[in-house]
Amino acid sequence: MTANLRRRKLFSRVFEILCALAVVVALIPLAMILFYVIKEGAGALNWDFFTKMPKPVGETGGGMANAIVGTLILIGIAALFAIPVGGICGVHLAEYPETKFSSAVRFAADVLNGVPSIVVGIFAYGLVVLPVKRFSALAGGVALGFLMIPIVVRTTEELLRLVPGGLREGALALGATRSRAVFSVIVPAALPGILTGILVALARVAGETAPLLFTALGNRFWSTSLTQPIASLTVQVYTYAQSPYDDWHRQAWAGAFLLVMIILILSIAARLAVRRLERMNRP
Amino acid sequence: MRRSSDDRTFRLGTGAFAAFVLLLVAGIAFELTRQSMLSIAKFGLKFWTTSTWNPVSGDFGALPFIWGTLYSSILALLMATPIALGIAIFISELSPRMLRQPLAYLTDLLAAIPSIVYGLWGVFVMVPFVRTLETVTPDALKRIPLFSGPPLGVGMLSAALILAVMVIPFTSSVAREILKNVPSTQREAAYALGATRWEAIKVAIGFGKSGIIGAVMLGFGRALGETIAVTMVIGNSPQVSASLFKPQYTMAAVIANEFTEAADELYLHALIEIGLLLFIITIAVNIISRLLIWSMKRRVVAPDVAPVLPAEEALA
Amino acid sequence: MNDIQTESKISVRNFDFFYGPSKVLHDISLEIPAQKVTALIGPSGCGKSTFIRSINRMNDIIPEAKGTGTIMIDGKDVYAGDTDVVELRRKVGMVFQKSNPFPKSIYDNVAYGLKIGGMRNKRQLDEIIERSLTRAALWHEVKDRLHDSAMALSGGQQQRLCIARALAVDPEIVLMDEPASALDPIATSKIEELIYELKDNYTIVIVTHNMQQAARVSDRTAFFMLGRLVEYADTNAIFMNPKEKMTEDYVTGRFG
Repeated sequence: MTANLRRRKLFSRVFEILCALAVVVALIPLAMILFYVIKEGAGALNWDFFTKMPKPVGETGGGMANAIVGTLILIGIAALFAIPVGGICGVHLAEYPETKFSSAVRFAADVLNGVPSIVVGIFAYGLVVLPVKRFSALAGGVALGFLMIPIVVRTTEELLRLVPGGLREGALALGATRSRAVFSVIVPAALPGILTGILVALARVAGETAPLLFTALGNRFWSTSLTQPIASLTVQVYTYAQSPYDDWHRQAWAGAFLLVMIILILSIAARLAVRRLERMNRP
Repeated sequence: MRRSSDDRTFRLGTGAFAAFVLLLVAGIAFELTRQSMLSIAKFGLKFWTTSTWNPVSGDFGALPFIWGTLYSSILALLMATPIALGIAIFISELSPRMLRQPLAYLTDLLAAIPSIVYGLWGVFVMVPFVRTLETVTPDALKRIPLFSGPPLGVGMLSAALILAVMVIPFTSSVAREILKNVPSTQREAAYALGATRWEAIKVAIGFGKSGIIGAVMLGFGRALGETIAVTMVIGNSPQVSASLFKPQYTMAAVIANEFTEAADELYLHALIEIGLLLFIITIAVNIISRLLIWSMKRRVVAPDVAPVLPAEEALA
Repeated sequence: MNDIQTESKISVRNFDFFYGPSKVLHDISLEIPAQKVTALIGPSGCGKSTFIRSINRMNDIIPEAKGTGTIMIDGKDVYAGDTDVVELRRKVGMVFQKSNPFPKSIYDNVAYGLKIGGMRNKRQLDEIIERSLTRAALWHEVKDRLHDSAMALSGGQQQRLCIARALAVDPEIVLMDEPASALDPIATSKIEELIYELKDNYTIVIVTHNMQQAARVSDRTAFFMLGRLVEYADTNAIFMNPKEKMTEDYVTGRFG
């Protein structure tokens, strides 16, 4: 073996090792974050956390009951308009994939996906808060909904395209109209996957903080009203984290733990469901 | 015929919802511009070059925020890109087949963690660590502007580090897709000419070059827009400084912190104008990166076949 | 260059090949002479590509692939523990079915093998590149645009470029896996002419599904069927006077 060859093989080895190292380096923060979240958060998670309201400043104890419910309400509002809008948009893209219009829409959805969530928050502020000069749960839900739409669009389109074309042809051949064929045959076939995709999107927006800061604002008290500011898990964690109180820090970790758990569970479920769907469609 | 009119209703009906998405993007642009008019009118282009940010006197200049955003994002990119590419190469070219899915899943998990959780970890774990780093930095080094500044822990370095971790999964997953799309015949040609493994990988990277640059830019766009994790660890002090240790401020962070405090319309409009710039920059970066990725995918299709519009890949 | 040797350039003995559990090559034994063109023919899927890729160990890239038996080049076992695969592949060049130039300039494509081998001297590179492109019958068509992208060439030109690229590292053997199957008749005949000229300096093994092509360019022909070597003889003998019935059926077009 010549010296040149020996050198090249050494280089190759070194780079291969560096790449493996890169994987390790990336997994370290992941492990650390999960470790701290579990260590600090799981311990602080107790029944009070789920059922009690926040205590006045300085007092220990209490929980995040209002924030948990707030987050649920917010993602509920978001889902209410993001699912139909995003879903039907996805249907259009899947049924007419090659038109110029569809390309433009797909492009817009991807652009929307890349817009920082705080900017979407400003938009929701201008749309819902400014006209009535009031922060509201509705505004927060709208902001989250806008953030959800591109995810729902892409998930729906992809999963509908996975459905074998024979299904549509079969339905049409039996005399079904286009809308009938799509909505009663194709969409149901892809539904499990679409639903889990939606759940993942919901989990994602449930973790958003920035757009809520000036739409839903936050609320120390119990509120389920759509026209009032509302607490949310993320904003509450944010507020507590920046406070000087240890007890609030503990609760912040608990909130973080809850968020991470929800996201983990939903993303695992989503992966399994999509894999199941793909396997079903393979002959 | 009943069938074709139903087809048409279907197409127009679903199309209306699709058009909504287009309108949404346009709407955001329009609304942001409208709500920043006062500031645009008063300051014009000076807004982007002045450093004073004085809500009391009504003098607003966004330079420190632009600086902070770009500096932190570029630093993050410098740290994240080699790692992200290393991961992409490892997963798609080097790892045993069994490990591929789990490793891909683990790196994608990084992308799923909400930024508030990153922020929390940043504040309670990373900032103290950086503070120790800063305190042990030898005084001789501290004289260089890069390392000057009080050992607070919060500052540019912490922000860049946290951004880097957040950017890694984005760049890596797109780069992985790109490498998967490089035809294996390219690597085969290299091997047949006596290339080592790394040399063959270099050929594949060369083929996918534009797509990989696109992946890097996508990560850049992500860093530019990150709000919560950054504001919790950057110190939130508007100053233009090359120092890694001094607390600074970003566009997204100032909006998050001061939006609800904006007492008068001009203040609010100034903040929204910053949001407008953020919007424009991130869209531009996004568009460029997607064009790069798309152009690379086109090349893979045989040159004598009309290029088919590629299905957009799922991004984390 | 080598004098005509009485010993075979490539000597294959009892070679089996497996993709995972399934056996795709059965007990192949043949001797390939130096500085001649040996053609491998047979219906698609009969293992000829797998066989040819075993000679330069390209199959090593596929994880579940495994070969047993001996393949010797100049008396040295290709699969021996101390054989350096990178060195082997420099000595045994390969041209693929679909041309696969790198998205670089024509110059850089041909220079690739040389550059990774450590050659830096521009004059040397220029010389070898010109020589290789000439040997591949491409020089006159590209000499004024060496720094243009290789992707701008036609299919036939790209294939000749790939041949030049393979020749640049000065191999002794050139393996060709259906080199003209993706080309039009004019480009094909240019490649065939090329093969005829190359054999003076190189040992050539060519896989082809086109019998007329095999009859035109090769000196010896091996007929493969379902992973087995059915018959191996001088090309004239195989086509005019085949010994096995299966061979006769194939070359007369009764199947395949």
